Amino acid sequence: MNTLIWIVVPYACLAVFVVGHVWRWRHDQFGWTTHTSQLLESRILRLGSPLFHLGAFGVIIGHAMGLLVPASLTEKIGVSEHVYHATAVWGGTVTGIMLVAGLALLIARRFVNGRVRRVTTTMDKVLYVALASMVILGMTATLGTNLLGEGYDYRETIAVWFRGMFWFSPQTDLMAGAPLVYQLHALGGFLFLALWPFTRLVHVWSAPLAYLWRPYVVYRARRGAPAAVAPAPATVRDRGMHDIRH
Amino acid sequence: MRIRAQVAMVMNLDKCIGCHTCSVTCKQTWTNREGTEYVWFNNVETKPGIGYPKHYEDQERWKGGWQLDAKGRLVLRSGGRVRRLSRIFANPDLPTLDDYYEPATFDKDVLVSAPAGLTDTPVKQPRSALTGEPISLEWGANWEDGLGGAHERAGTDPNITAMASDAAARVKFEFEKTFMFHLPRICEHCLNPACVSACPSGAMYKREEDGIVLVDQDRCRGWRMCVTACPYKKVYVNHATGKAEKCTFCFPRIEAGQPTICSETCVGRLRYLGLVFYDEDAVLAAASVQDERDLLAAQRKVFLDPHDPETVRLATEAGLPEEWVLAAQASPVWRLISDYQIALPLHPEYRTLPMVWYVPPLSPVLDAVGAAGLDDTDADDVFHTIRDLRIPVEYLAELFTAGDADAVAGVLMKLAAMRSYMRARTLDGTVAEELCEAVGMTGQEIESMYRLLAIAKYDERYVIPTAYSKDAAALEAQAASTSDCSLDCAGGPGMTEAATAERFHLVAEGGQTRPGRRSLFARRGDGRLGLSIDPTGERS
Repeated sequence: MNTLIWIVVPYACLAVFVVGHVWRWRHDQFGWTTHTSQLLESRILRLGSPLFHLGAFGVIIGHAMGLLVPASLTEKIGVSEHVYHATAVWGGTVTGIMLVAGLALLIARRFVNGRVRRVTTTMDKVLYVALASMVILGMTATLGTNLLGEGYDYRETIAVWFRGMFWFSPQTDLMAGAPLVYQLHALGGFLFLALWPFTRLVHVWSAPLAYLWRPYVVYRARRGAPAAVAPAPATVRDRGMHDIRH
Repeated sequence: MRIRAQVAMVMNLDKCIGCHTCSVTCKQTWTNREGTEYVWFNNVETKPGIGYPKHYEDQERWKGGWQLDAKGRLVLRSGGRVRRLSRIFANPDLPTLDDYYEPATFDKDVLVSAPAGLTDTPVKQPRSALTGEPISLEWGANWEDGLGGAHERAGTDPNITAMASDAAARVKFEFEKTFMFHLPRICEHCLNPACVSACPSGAMYKREEDGIVLVDQDRCRGWRMCVTACPYKKVYVNHATGKAEKCTFCFPRIEAGQPTICSETCVGRLRYLGLVFYDEDAVLAAASVQDERDLLAAQRKVFLDPHDPETVRLATEAGLPEEWVLAAQASPVWRLISDYQIALPLHPEYRTLPMVWYVPPLSPVLDAVGAAGLDDTDADDVFHTIRDLRIPVEYLAELFTAGDADAVAGVLMKLAAMRSYMRARTLDGTVAEELCEAVGMTGQEIESMYRLLAIAKYDERYVIPTAYSKDAAALEAQAASTSDCSLDCAGGPGMTEAATAERFHLVAEGGQTRPGRRSLFARRGDGRLGLSIDPTGERS
C-alpha cells in the first residue's frame, strides 16, 4: 500500500504531467491560452487575479525552499532552525492568505457574474475544485499544525522523501509516518500535477519573459503557399461567360 | 534604406452615405461566430460622436498608441516592457464588454408560435446573446447613427473636448444646426503598429510582403495587451477562444488579387486599394518627430515614389516582382496620398503611422455655406467659408491632422476648386485658370483627380498585385490538390460542416439535415460547451 501511494502514484502523475504537456503542446496550440475573461468582468478580477497570482508565486517559492533545500544546507550557511521556521511559517501564512483571498474572489466571480459563468468550462470547474482543496489542505497544515499547533518538521521527512523521488529512491516509510493532512496535501499535489497539462494552467509555461528583449515590431514572411489566384471580376466580365465554362 | 511594400486603403468620406454594407458583409465574412458577437472589424461611426467602443479616442483613458517621453524617445503610452508585464494579471486599461455593447438577439419564436385569437399582439423581447437573460437595449456598435443622441453625448466626443473651448462651444448639437458625416473604420495596418509592439508573446506580426498586420492564432496566449495598445481599438478579445482577433485586410482575397470584402461591397464606391512602397528604416524617425503637426509630412516622406528609377532599382534588388512595381505605379492610394495630397491619416498624433487614409468630407462645409446664405457652387463662397467659419474644419483637423486646421483647409480647398473647375468645364467649356492657381494644381491634374474620385472603375480603384508570381506553380498545385479552406479550423470563420450546422441551426434527422432548434447548451466548434443563441430554448 505504501509503495502504491508513495511511489507508483507520484511517478505515474509525473509521467502524465510530462507526457500530457508534450501532447498538448503538439496538438493544441490553439487552446494554449490564459482564456482571459477580463473582457466580460473586470472589477473583481482586478483585485482577485493579482492577489492570486502573486500569492501563488510566494507559495511556489516557499515549497521550493522547504522541499528542495536540505536542512543541513541552511544550517551550514548559518540560518538557525528558529529563523528558518519563522520565515517559513510567516511567509507561508502571508502568501497563503493572498492566495486564498485571490482564489475566493476568482471563484466568486464565476458564480456572481452570469457572463463569466457561461464561459466556464467543465475543466475550469475541475481545476477550481482541485485548486481549492489543495489550498485548504496546505493552509490547514501551515496554520493548523505549524502556527497554532505543536508543529511538524516536514524537512526531516516529507522533504527527504520528495528529494528521493529525483534519485529514484523515495523512502516510503518517511511519508507513512507523516500527519494525515500532510499526506493528503502531498498526494493531492501529485494528482494536481497530473491535472495540470489538461487545464488552462498551461499558460504558466508561456510566461512572456522573452518580450523584455525582443524588438518591438515583429515582421514575419508569409508561410506556405498563398491562396489560389481567382480571376478578377473585370476579367470575368471581359472574357464573357462562355469562356469561363470550359 | 530597406524598401517594403504595403497594401493600403483610402476612403473618400464625401461619398459615404452610412449604409453599413461594409460592416455587414465584413461581419458575415469574419465575425459571425460565438465569441465575436460584439466584434466589428469594420464599423461605421457618425461623427461627431463618441464612437465604438465608447470614447476610444480618449487616450488619457485607454492609453493607446505611442508618445514621446521626456527625452524625446518614442514609447508606448501604456508604458514600457516591464510595466506592461507587471500588469499582466489584470490590465487596468482594458475596455470591458460594456464599453463596446452587450450583443443581443430576439426571441422571435414568440411571434411564430403565438396562438391564434390573442387579444394582445405578441412582442418579441431582446435577450443577451451572452447570457440568454432578457436585457434592455441601451447601446450598440452604431447607436449614434445619424447623430442619434448627439445632443446628450456628442459633447464628450474626444475630438471636441480637444478643441479650443470657444470653437467647441460653436459646435451646437441641435437639430439641423450641426454638421455630421460618417466615418468607416477598419484596422489601420500601421507602419509602426502599437499592438504588435505590445504583444508579449510575439504572436502579432506585420507581414514582410504586404504589411498586413495579423494575429497568429496558435501563438496568441491571451495576454490582451494589444487591445490596450491599439489607439483605434481595432484588436478584440474573442471571449470564446480567449485569443485576440482583428481585421485581416481580407488577406486571402488580397493574395488572390481581389479587394477586401468591405471594398468589394461598398455601395458608394468610396474605397481605394493599392500598394505603397516605403522605407522601413525611416519609420522610427518619422514616428518620433517632435511636433505632432509634422507627423503628416513625416509619414509622407517615408513613402517612396514608385516612378523614381532609384525606387524601381531598390525594389528589383529587394526581389519584388515586376508586377508589384507596376501595381505600385498605378496605385490610386499613392496618387491620393502623395500626388494630389488630398488623403489624410486618421489621428496621426497616435504616432503609429496608420495606412488607411481618408479624403476629408467637403459636405459639412457645403452645408455651412448654405446655412450662411451663400452659394455652395461658388468657389469663392466656399473658400471664404472654409477660411472664416472654421467649423467644421477645426473638428476635421482634430481627426486627421493633429489639430492643424490649415492642412485640412488646404485639402478642402482642393476639393472645392475641383468641384467649381469641373462645373465650369462641363457647363460652358471654360477652364478656370484662377482656381488652378489658387490650389497650385494644373488643369490636367485637377481633371485626372476628378476622374479618380468621381468615375474610376473597379480596376482603377483596386490595383492589387496577386501573390508572388514565383509561387504561381505552387498555387496551381495547391488549388488542384485540395478543396480544403485554411479557415476551416476550430474557432475559425470557415464554413465547415460543423460551423454551417451551428450557424444555421441545422439538426441531423434520419440521414437528412434540416433547420431546427438546438439545445440550449451545445458543443461548439472548439469542443467547449456553450450557450446557443436561441433564447426560446428551455433554460437548464
